[in-house]
Parts: sequence; structure tokens; C-alpha cells
Amino acid sequence: MTKKRTGVFVCHCGNNIAATVDVKKVAEVMGTEEGVAYSQDYVYMCSDPGQNAVIQSIKDNNLDSVVISCCSPNLHEKTFRDNAKRAGLNSFTCEIANIREQCAWVHKDKERATEKAIKISRSAVRRAGRDQALEPIAVPVTRKVLVIGGGIAGIQAALDIANAGLQVILVEKQATIGGHMLQLSETFPTLDCSQCILSPKMVDVSRHPNITLLTYSEVKEVSGSVGNFRVNILKKPTYVDPELCKICDDCANVCPVVVPNEFDLGLTARRAIHIPFAQAIPASYTLDESACLGLNPIRCGKCKDVCEVGAINYDMRPQTLIEDVGAIVVATGYDLYGQEHMNELGGGQIDDVLDGLQFERLCSASGATKGHVLRPSDRTVPKDVVFIQCVGSRDPANHCAYCSKICCMYTAKHASLYKHHVPDGRAYVFYIDIRSGGKGYEEFVQRIMEDDEAIYLRGRVSKLYRKGGKVRVLGTDTLTGQNVEIDADMVVLALAMEPSKGTEEIAKTLKIGRDKDGFLAEAHPKLKPVESVTAGIFLAGCAQGPKDIPETVAQAGAAASKVIGLLSQPTLSHAPTVARVRNSHCTGCEMCVSACPYNAISLENGKALVNEVLCEGCGSCSATCLRAAIEVKNATPLQIHEMIEACLA
Amino acid sequence: MSEQQAEVTTDYEPRIVAFLCKWCSSAGSDLAGVSRIQYPSNATPITVPCSGSVSPMYILSALKKGADGVLVSGCHIGDCHYIEGNYLARRKIHLVKELLGFVGVEQDRFRMSWVSAAEGAKYSQVIKDFVEDLRPLGPQTKLKADRS
Repeated sequence: MTKKRTGVFVCHCGNNIAATVDVKKVAEVMGTEEGVAYSQDYVYMCSDPGQNAVIQSIKDNNLDSVVISCCSPNLHEKTFRDNAKRAGLNSFTCEIANIREQCAWVHKDKERATEKAIKISRSAVRRAGRDQALEPIAVPVTRKVLVIGGGIAGIQAALDIANAGLQVILVEKQATIGGHMLQLSETFPTLDCSQCILSPKMVDVSRHPNITLLTYSEVKEVSGSVGNFRVNILKKPTYVDPELCKICDDCANVCPVVVPNEFDLGLTARRAIHIPFAQAIPASYTLDESACLGLNPIRCGKCKDVCEVGAINYDMRPQTLIEDVGAIVVATGYDLYGQEHMNELGGGQIDDVLDGLQFERLCSASGATKGHVLRPSDRTVPKDVVFIQCVGSRDPANHCAYCSKICCMYTAKHASLYKHHVPDGRAYVFYIDIRSGGKGYEEFVQRIMEDDEAIYLRGRVSKLYRKGGKVRVLGTDTLTGQNVEIDADMVVLALAMEPSKGTEEIAKTLKIGRDKDGFLAEAHPKLKPVESVTAGIFLAGCAQGPKDIPETVAQAGAAASKVIGLLSQPTLSHAPTVARVRNSHCTGCEMCVSACPYNAISLENGKALVNEVLCEGCGSCSATCLRAAIEVKNATPLQIHEMIEACLA
Repeated sequence: MSEQQAEVTTDYEPRIVAFLCKWCSSAGSDLAGVSRIQYPSNATPITVPCSGSVSPMYILSALKKGADGVLVSGCHIGDCHYIEGNYLARRKIHLVKELLGFVGVEQDRFRMSWVSAAEGAKYSQVIKDFVEDLRPLGPQTKLKADRS
């Protein structure tokens, strides 16, 4: 073993560690370990005095490496490595022994926990004993950003990043940007028109010199790492040239195929060739291949015949675009939890039982009924409307365990919109409790209850069924203890929000994690709310969890500022804990070459050669090599074997 | 031999070396800590970059140095931080099991689990189960080097 002078510093973390682990004993035992020149314990190692004590000890004892026995390296590895650097050490000769999360917090027996803390600390001492001084590898940065998802989150992030002078590629799966916000009639609590506040931003996106907009496109593959990702984007054919299309509507008028219009959630119909809505960006028609009679002039070809400018081209093919970007913002949004899951509430089979988004389309001036609230089955004005909150939310036994956060507010808004349209109608709201945290939110709900006279009933609905021309609602009012039966003309369900369809796929493509509910996982619930676990990939909007528009806009701005901060550096530093080849042992068998997931290893003159910029230090090569000829720096087989020994001594 | 017999007669506590990948399982064990989910202290964790970096030699080395059980825990299949490291781990692990059976070591002494960063409770359960399953096997002596 190389002659080392390691210092061990054992933290009490107040009582967090010291209550279960005899920290003094750990420090004492560590002091007797081979290669340890100094050891001490201290109440808060991460505090200023604690860090200064480490610096002083390094200087006083001429230490060449340090082990800090404290909390998880995820919390303070950087703190202590920076501190070691201040004392003149190489930061990679500082190791963390996690005796809090992996020991003190999960055990009660002090003697056994102390024993385990000693093993963990000793193991770290062994690792430090063979740590080499390393310098971060500088990697060039691509100053271009990919934003996935063109809803309000993606739009805001794209604009903020583009305004900072960076190039942005905004990829949207649908034929237009705008997302769900575009489907909304008004927004709470100010009741301003959703389209009126969103459309200008959409136009800004389409005209921004720094933004390349790719609609009807999907991200298919992502490789590389922070600063240098390479993405494959599939651009699906719209069969209409947006440059030529004059949005005259002649094609849709002759198209013989009628299908439900997804923008109005099936409340209206559209043709196979269509524009999602009049103000779509890009302003162009799209030919829905799945609905079209066959893109074949012999079978139909009416739209192509009638198009005066010749914008329609049946020979358009899918295109794969390859782009290099330095960072990625994921803003893939949400979908509503399907009514088909709610069997007791009709399972989506009862007419006039709508979801929240459908009701928005009923209220919207551009919607199915041109802004008149008419029930879909017979187009009469509904006089009794029941709104049900928490449908699918807060029900861990059967549906989603979480609170979807926005439903209390949008239901209040729905009741208000309804009462403004039908002043003599009655709006009933079934709720579990009202969650109206937000600026002006509580006042808004109170106003709906008092001024708009919405009838709030605290309780749940057990069943919905059709009875004559009405929908019978069986519920309970837990404040009076009475069962409630209402013959409603229309029922609106505030369905839970769930991650949009395709979130699982995109998470896999990007190699970012999801939480237990399927939303994209942030790197830290409190301190890194817009970062994904993968460096260089950021999250915005409802893809990360249910949230309202102001929160989404704020999060998108935060993600944008993180991206701008990241890409404002001339180079990024890449961890130097990469693979190294011991040429004397390498036989050029190429097993490491095929094991490397990053294609970072090649064969030069019969020996393996590692591209340090591509290498992520996963160690797959090292575990594959039969001759121990390739190893990850500072996690070498020799180090691991010694750590194993330390764990069992 | 007398020492080993002494171990059997006294309360036998299996000694486990747990190789945890840095991104999922180590983070999952951190979550168990943050959530204060209690589990036996028999397993000493060694954090490695990836479950795919765990060479079969490490597993044999642990058994040789006296471990009663070895755990390798990585990201869920398909969720590997390094794209496909855990696939490599899974393949190797199968071979190690075969090899252990071949040399006469109980295959249950070696275990692989998939624990994500969000699965603190699962991590603690994995350890609990492993400790309980190792108890009936008694101390591992087959591969343990005699250092006396």
C-alpha cells in the first residue's frame, strides 16, 4: 500500500448521527487504522468552524487525503471536496463515508450501528488510500437547446432561452403548439381568456429568430451527455406545405371523411384534413393519415384537386432530423385520468357527463357551442349542473393517491362560468375539502360560493346513472349527514391529472427517472425542483407534477435560467473518474469495446483506447475485462477489493 | 474450526456486503434513511458507479474474505443511468449463481435486486429479507480463506 497520510473527520450531525453512533469511538478506531495520520470528531463538520478545522488539520498534519464520515455524498461531497481543495489537496482525494442515511438513521442498536459506521468509514479510508489526484476534463459546449413539448411550459421555456440569445429547437407532437392551455375557456382566478393570453406567446415563438419550431414531430433517440447531446427527431408528414397553405378551408370542405375532433375532445367533428383550430401555429392544415382514405388520388384526392395553391403533397415522407444540443427541457405536460376508470360514475358511457376539459370547450367562444352552455345530448340549456371534485384523485385504494391540485380552483371557475351563462341555473359542487392556496384563490372560491351562489356540498358521489332525460346523482352531504339525490341535466367531473401519454417512453428515451405516480422525477424534491436526475436535462410544467398555469410558467422560467446558466460557460467540466487502460495488461481482445454503452473505447495499435470525453465512468468495461487491464479511476478493482476487506474485518 | 463452531452456537449474525449502484440503489438507501425506515445493520454498503461495474471477482472476493452473503443492487431494468449497465450485470449475475452452485456454495448467498432512488422502503425490505434468508444457511465457510 502506498504510504498515505489520511485524515478522518467524523461528524455528529448534531444528534442525527451521534444519537445512534458512538462518534468518538469511530474517530478513535479510525485513528489506529493503517495510513491514517489524524482523526477527530466534531459536532457539525459542514459548518464553517467544522470546515476550517478540516483545513487546519490538513495543514498541521501534512495530510494528503481526507475521509469525512457524515451524511450522504449527495448532500455534502461537493462541500467537502471544495473544502479539501481550499486546503491545497486535490478534491478527488476526499472521500465521504455515509454513516447517516445508510447507518445512523436506519438502526437503533448503538453498538451495532457504531460497528457498522466503523466498517463504512474504514472502507472509505481504504478507497482514499489509493485515490489519485485528478483534474476535471474540459468539454466543449453546444449552445443550442432542445425543448420537448409546446404547451405553455415549453413555450415559456423556449422564449426565455431564446431571448437570452441561445438557439432553441421546440418539438411538439401535435400539429399546433399551445397544449391544454389553449383548450381552456377562461383561467382562474382572474377569468381572463386563455387564448387571448396564450396566442401572442405562440406567435412570438413562430416569429422568434432563435427558435426552430418542429410540430407534428417526436424525439426518438437521445445520446451523449450534458453539453453535448445528439437527438434524433422524427418529423411526421402533414401532407400540406405550411409555406403554401393559405388556410382557406377549401380542402376541409370537400373532404368526405368525418372523425371526432380531439381539440374539442370529441364534442365536435372534423375532417381528415383539418386545422386544429383557427389560430393554430404553424398556420397550416394537416392531413390526418390515419383518417384519410388512402393518400391516393385514385381513391379520393379531392383535397389535392381543390387546393388552388398546390400545397397538398401526398408524397411527403417522414423525415428524421439529427440535432446537436447542449441541454434539454422536458415539458410534456399532462392528460386527464380517463373517465373509463370511473365505473361508478358511468365510466364515460353516460351522455352529458363531461370531464373538465370538455366543459372548457363548451364554455369557450371558439368551442363546440360557440360559447353557449348547451348539454351535448339535446342542445338544451342545462338548469341543474353537478360538479364533482377529486374524481380519481386522493384515492390510493382505487385510483391516484395524489391531489391533482388545480381541480378545486377550476371547478369553482366552472361553477362561476356556468352561472354567468345561465343565471337561473343551479350549480352544485361535491367536494372533499377546498384547497385554494394561491394568490387570490381563496377569495375567488368564496366569491363563487357567496356571489354566484354555487351550492357546495361536502361529500362524495357514490353513483351516477341515466334516468329519463336526466342524470341521477347519488351523493352524500357529510355536513348535514343527509344523503343527496339530484336529477342533473349535466355532470362535470374534475378528473385527476396524470402524466401525458408517452411520458414513460420519453423518460426512457432521455434516461430520466419517474416518480411512483409516473410523473418525471426531479433531482431533489426541495433543492433541485427543475433538474432531472440526469445532468443537462431539466423539467417544466405538469410533466413533473400537477400544477396550475402561474406555477408552470414560473417553473419553465426556472428551467430556462438553469439552462442559460449551464450554457453560459465556455466549457463544461466532465468528471475525471473515467476508464483508464493498463497497456501492459491489455491484449486487445475488444471485450471492453463491446461492453461500453457509450462507444467510448476503440482499439488503437492492438490496445484499447478510451475517449475520456465520451466515457461516463460506469465501469462496465472493467467488470468485463478478464485481465484487469481497464479500470475506472478512483474506483479500481484494487480499491474495491480493499473496501470489501474493510467491510468484513 | 473451533472458531467457526463458536459462531454457530452463538447468535449468528450474517455479514453481508452490499454493492449499491450510485444512481438508484444507493440513492434508494439514502431515502430509506431520510424516511427513517429501520432495517438490520448486517449489510455494509459499498457504492459503485453501476451494478454493471460489479465484477464477478468482487463477489468471490467478498465470499473469500468471509461474507455470508453478497447483494448487488442496481437500477430497474430499462432505467439504468448508464443505459445498459444493469443488463450486463444481470447476465453476469446468472453466471455467478451457476458458478456458486458448481463449487457447492448455496446460491441463495448471492442476491441481486432492483431498487430505484424512490424505493427506500423496498431497499429496507430487501435487506430484511436477505438477512432472514441467510440465517438458516449459517456462516459461509466454503470459500472463506483460512487466515490462521
